[in-house]
Amino acid sequence: MSPDQLEHTTPDAAAIKDLIGCPHCDALYVVRLPEHGGRAVCTHCHTVLIAPRKKAGKKMIALTLTVMILVIAAMFFPFIDINASGFGNSTSILDAASSFRSGYMVFLSVLVAAAILFVPLLRTILTLYVLVPVVRDRPPLPHARRAFRWSQELKPWAMAEIFAIGCAVALVKVQDLAHVGLGPAFWMFAALVVLVLINDNFLCTWSVWKSLELEED
Amino acid sequence: MACRRCSRVWPMGQARCDRCGSKLVSRDTRSLQKVWAWWIAGVIAYIPANIYPMLVTNTLVYRSENTIVGGAVEVAHHGAYGVAAIILIASVLIPVGKFLAIAFLAITAQRGTSVTPRARTHLFEIVEFIGRWSMIDVFVVAILSSLVQLSVVASIRPGPAALTFAISVICTMLSAQSFDSRLIWDAVSRQQPRKTP
Repeated sequence: MSPDQLEHTTPDAAAIKDLIGCPHCDALYVVRLPEHGGRAVCTHCHTVLIAPRKKAGKKMIALTLTVMILVIAAMFFPFIDINASGFGNSTSILDAASSFRSGYMVFLSVLVAAAILFVPLLRTILTLYVLVPVVRDRPPLPHARRAFRWSQELKPWAMAEIFAIGCAVALVKVQDLAHVGLGPAFWMFAALVVLVLINDNFLCTWSVWKSLELEED
Repeated sequence: MACRRCSRVWPMGQARCDRCGSKLVSRDTRSLQKVWAWWIAGVIAYIPANIYPMLVTNTLVYRSENTIVGGAVEVAHHGAYGVAAIILIASVLIPVGKFLAIAFLAITAQRGTSVTPRARTHLFEIVEFIGRWSMIDVFVVAILSSLVQLSVVASIRPGPAALTFAISVICTMLSAQSFDSRLIWDAVSRQQPRKTP
C-alpha cells in the first residue's frame, strides 16, 4: 500500500536540511527520494509526503495554461439556456455569480465569483509564475516562494468542480419547469474540472519547494 | 520543528520558515480556541439557514418558498431521488457531520480517547476534503436565480438562507483549517515514547 516508506530517525542523526517533517503528525524522517511514480508515505499517519512524477513540470505548465484559457473562455460564453412558453433566457457564469444583486446579498455574489472564477484563475497565474523558471532551469522570479505559498493556501477555496456538480443539480430542478439546454461554456467547465484534478495530482509540493530552495542557494 | 506548509525542518526557536516564509509554531496553542470560535459561528449561522427559505419561486399560478429540506422533499416528489439525496447529503448530512466531527476532534485532542490517532487523522482529512462540497447548494441557488428569469412565467430569487448557509460553510472550513492536527499525535507520544524501528 505504501511503497518506499521513509525511515524513522532522531533529529541529530542527520543534517537538518535532509530531514522532512510530516505536516500532519510532526514525525521526522530522513529524506530518501522515491522512484518516479512512487510515493513516500508517513508511517505514522499515512500522509503522502513526496510523490515525484516524470516531467511533471512541463505537463503541469501545459495543463495550467489549458485551465487558464478554459476559465477565461467559460466566463463569457453562455452556460445554460432555458425556454418556457416562448420566453427564453441564457446565462453565463458571470451572470450566475452576479445573481445575488440585491442589498446584503452582494457579499454572496463576490464570494461565488471568487470561488468559481477568480481563485482558480489566480492559482493558475501563481503556478505558472513559480513553475516556468524552475522547469527552464532559470533562477526563480522574485517572490516565487510567496507566490507558491499563496497558491497552496488558496487551494481549498477554488471551487470550480463543486460548481459543475451544482449545475447538474440545478438542471434537474428546473427541467419540469422549462426546457433547458447546455451552452458551450458548460462543456468547457466540465473539461476544466477534470484538468484541475489531474493538475493537482501531478503537483508534488515538496519537489517544488526543494527546487525553489536549490535555485536560490 | 517542522514547517506545516512545506515540511522543511528547522531548529527549535526559529520564527519563520526560510523556505516558504510561513510562520513556524511548534504547537499552535490557540488552535483549539480558534477552532471553537469558528465552530460556534458556523453552528449559529446554520440555524437560520434551515429556517428561512433558500429559494423563492414565482410562477404564473403559484409562489413558493423552499427551505433546504423542503426543496429536497419537493425534488423527491418529482421522482428525482438521486438529486434529492445529493441535496440532503450536501446540505444537511455533511454540515451536521462536520460539526460533530470537528467537535469530537477538538474534545479528544484535549481529553484523550480510545480511538486511535490514525483513525482520527483520517477523520480530519475527510472533514477537510469534504467541507467545500457543502457550497454546492449555494451554487445551485446562484445558477437557478440567474437562469430562471422568464418574466411572468417563472422566476426564482435567492432567499436569505443562501447567505447564512454560505457563511456557515465558510466558518466550518476555517474551523477545520485552524485545527492543529499534530495535537492528535501529541497525546500518543506523551503516553509512550516514540518507537524506533
